[in-house]
Amino acid sequence: MSLILLIEQVLNGLQFGIMLFLMAAGLTLIFGVMGLINLAHGSLYMIGAFCAAAVAAWSGSFLLGLVAALAGAAIAGALVELIVIRRLYDKDHLDQVLATFALILIFSEGTRWIFGSFPLYLNVPAYLSGPVTLPGGIEYPFYRLALIIVGLAVAAGLYLLISKTRLGVQIRAGENDREMIAALGIDIARLYTIVFALGAALAGLAGALVGAIQSVQVGMGEPVLIMAFVVIVIGGIGSIKGALIGAVLVGLTDTLGGIFLPEIMKLFFDPSTATSIGSSLASMAIYVLMAAVLILKPSGLFGVRA
Amino acid sequence: MKLVTMAAAAALAVSVAGAQAEPVKVGMITTLSGGGAGLGIDVRDGFMLAVKQSGNEEIEVIVEDDQQKPDVAVQLSDKMVQAEKVDVLTGIIWSNLAMAVIPSVTAQGKFYLSPNAGPSQLAGKGCHPNYFNVAWQNDNLHEAAGAYANFAELKNTFILAPNYPAGQDALTGFKRFYKGELAGEIYTKLGQTDYAAEIAQIRASGADGVFFFLPGGMGISFLKQYKDSGVDLPVVGPAFSFDQGILQAVGDAALGVKNTSQWSKDIDNETNKAFVESFQAEYGRLPSLYASQGFDTANLLLSAMAKADVNDADAFRAALEEADFKSTRGNFRFGPNHHPIQDIYVREVIKEGDVYTNKIIGTALTSHADAYWSECSM
Repeated sequence: MSLILLIEQVLNGLQFGIMLFLMAAGLTLIFGVMGLINLAHGSLYMIGAFCAAAVAAWSGSFLLGLVAALAGAAIAGALVELIVIRRLYDKDHLDQVLATFALILIFSEGTRWIFGSFPLYLNVPAYLSGPVTLPGGIEYPFYRLALIIVGLAVAAGLYLLISKTRLGVQIRAGENDREMIAALGIDIARLYTIVFALGAALAGLAGALVGAIQSVQVGMGEPVLIMAFVVIVIGGIGSIKGALIGAVLVGLTDTLGGIFLPEIMKLFFDPSTATSIGSSLASMAIYVLMAAVLILKPSGLFGVRA
Repeated sequence: MKLVTMAAAAALAVSVAGAQAEPVKVGMITTLSGGGAGLGIDVRDGFMLAVKQSGNEEIEVIVEDDQQKPDVAVQLSDKMVQAEKVDVLTGIIWSNLAMAVIPSVTAQGKFYLSPNAGPSQLAGKGCHPNYFNVAWQNDNLHEAAGAYANFAELKNTFILAPNYPAGQDALTGFKRFYKGELAGEIYTKLGQTDYAAEIAQIRASGADGVFFFLPGGMGISFLKQYKDSGVDLPVVGPAFSFDQGILQAVGDAALGVKNTSQWSKDIDNETNKAFVESFQAEYGRLPSLYASQGFDTANLLLSAMAKADVNDADAFRAALEEADFKSTRGNFRFGPNHHPIQDIYVREVIKEGDVYTNKIIGTALTSHADAYWSECSM
């Protein structure tokens, strides 16, 4: 195992983690501010990817596709909030889970109805494709490097939005005491719609960015959603900072575990068995990480709620 | 979602001479929703096309969606066998669903014709007189890929597949025929979509070629990322990741890749030409491997119906064993375990106009059977 390979894999883990952050940020924001468990967040990720693929195919421009993904997911998010989610705020978490699970089915079959059952084509644009050589002779795909940069920029933007703007003040206040800010004359219903659309737009952006290197197909959001839940449990529910650190931890654990666990097992077993056992253990790695974090800090790394 | 499709055969069904007395009721359980729906839809469309073309009114097909879930598939098969009283079942795509449904269906005296899934258990010790596989045994295409790797003079191949039974079968099948060294052997997570870590390992391994089995969206993700990584070792794989349904989504990244298949749209025989043409006319898209398998399954069934009454199980079974139908693949017959003996071709991904598709460039294995038939005591 050379140092170059190790650094490359750390970058891979970082890139994966930052994409997870875009998913987890919206999820944790919506839970933190509105107390709502949204299982349909993965569907918004899928909507982003499909909007990007459709618009990029129609216009030939990847950037236009990204804009469409942001807009499409935000609009879908806002509509869902106005039509369905609005009725669920004062309901049980179980009701929210059931209703948003139904939304997953509706979105999946609706997307299949519009776009058909076959995966769509969305490619990395020519100006971002191919490998670049980093210092130290590391060959790394340019697009993944761009993903890391975009993800970090979004994280910084989100930090500024929440800590420095008026909307951010309202969001933070909404987390703490929604009756009080309503009493202060802030339109809480409008605030919720905005937060929901913002979370949806982040998921849509992640879906479009990742869709270019993966497959754009129905049901693509669900595996990511599970990972995003692991991230917010590790980071602490409602904390954006926790989501960022949790996402990077999960990304690194998942990537590095997938490589090193089979290698370590080769010290004890024959190669074929070692690969099989190591791979199975690697699939569990992030859940082991989650369990370890919860034992040490039951409310997550940056959790505020008990 | 229930979809009762009566085989509406408006054509004058001039009854062929023979014992075509009893109508046959077919239950098709296949995947029509969710991420894996493309495969089931193709099997269904190929099957229904053959039924329609036959003009045979004595066949009724009930189609149900298993949602790719074993429990749903079991529930549907119970309903079809007990309430709908079907004679023949077919349609299942996935091996785990096949293992959940087929043994109990055949034990209840029904016929099962598999248009896709071919788990090794059902080819070997678990074989059954009423179970026929019209596609392949799961390992077949991987074995052919191993044989082709020798031909392409790969000496140090890196192999990977998802960590589940069909993935393990795939690597075992490849290694059974491949004679070179392995630069690395990896099991990935089932459903994994990010292969950056695996591609970095391939780059560092000093391999001279890559074999992978990653069905559906997994394969699309892998190929796109592989292309973008700048690693340009030759890639060999089974047809599943290079089939008509997904090639358009992979795009240029698949061009030039060699893959192994028992069917291709350019196999030169009358049946196949007519099939490709009529499928395109009927559904407005090119047929896939799965569509050809559905089409052949229906034609096998129709050929048996022309010879025997489905209520006479022994005669009907004997008629199925004869496989007296014109397959889109050309040569086709059943081995002693009711799995195909057939040629497996090597195809190359090409672009025809705007459409990505495959072209046959050679034959990997001729009259190939599976590795498990000797364990079948039928």
